[in-house]
Amino acid sequence: MESFAYLAMLGFLIVASWWLEWAFGLRVLRNPRRLLLTLLITTPLFILWDAVAIAQGHWYFDHAQMTGIIGPFAVPLEEYLFFIMVPISAVLTWEGVRAFLVIVRRPRTP
Amino acid sequence: MMYTLLAVVGVVLAVVIDVFVTRSRILATGSFWFAWPILVFFQLLTNGWLTGRGIVLYGEEHILGLRIAYAPLEDLLFGFALIVLTISVWMRLGRDDPQKSSRSSQTYV
Repeated sequence: MESFAYLAMLGFLIVASWWLEWAFGLRVLRNPRRLLLTLLITTPLFILWDAVAIAQGHWYFDHAQMTGIIGPFAVPLEEYLFFIMVPISAVLTWEGVRAFLVIVRRPRTP
Repeated sequence: MMYTLLAVVGVVLAVVIDVFVTRSRILATGSFWFAWPILVFFQLLTNGWLTGRGIVLYGEEHILGLRIAYAPLEDLLFGFALIVLTISVWMRLGRDDPQKSSRSSQTYV
């Protein structure tokens, strides 16, 4: 079970943020084209940063707490998923906050 | 302190891209400063798990040594750059999105 310690945290991100899509009627997960394009621009830049940081020893990993699957540029699978899951959670939070503020600012109708 | 330097550069680049490239200018919105503390809270929680358990470790010579919830201060800058760039790009793409709004019409009623 220890090898899933990092993956568990990524699972938590889904539990903590994906409900916003339905609670606020957001169009984030249900707008895959826009979401995918966003990730296609953002994710590779941060994977590049990650690859450089790993190569330079800015940070490193306890592989006993990870699946052990290493992708291109010596970046672990969990890190690839991190730079997909975190942006999705960030966009959901952003859109959730904007929807929430629309609701609380809406003038009450008599 | 190479991570420190790169983190500062990352923040500056993200802000420059938001203002001049995507021109989404999310940093000028109240919504961003409402959402950001929420995102920081969850970052401290999840990153605290990764760093507190020692899943992710840092080369001490590359960081300042200031830590918040086990994680180096630099991670907050890294997270800020990631959040700003992602949302800024998302908003730019929304401007010419065929679905028009990122929210369904019922929220506007």
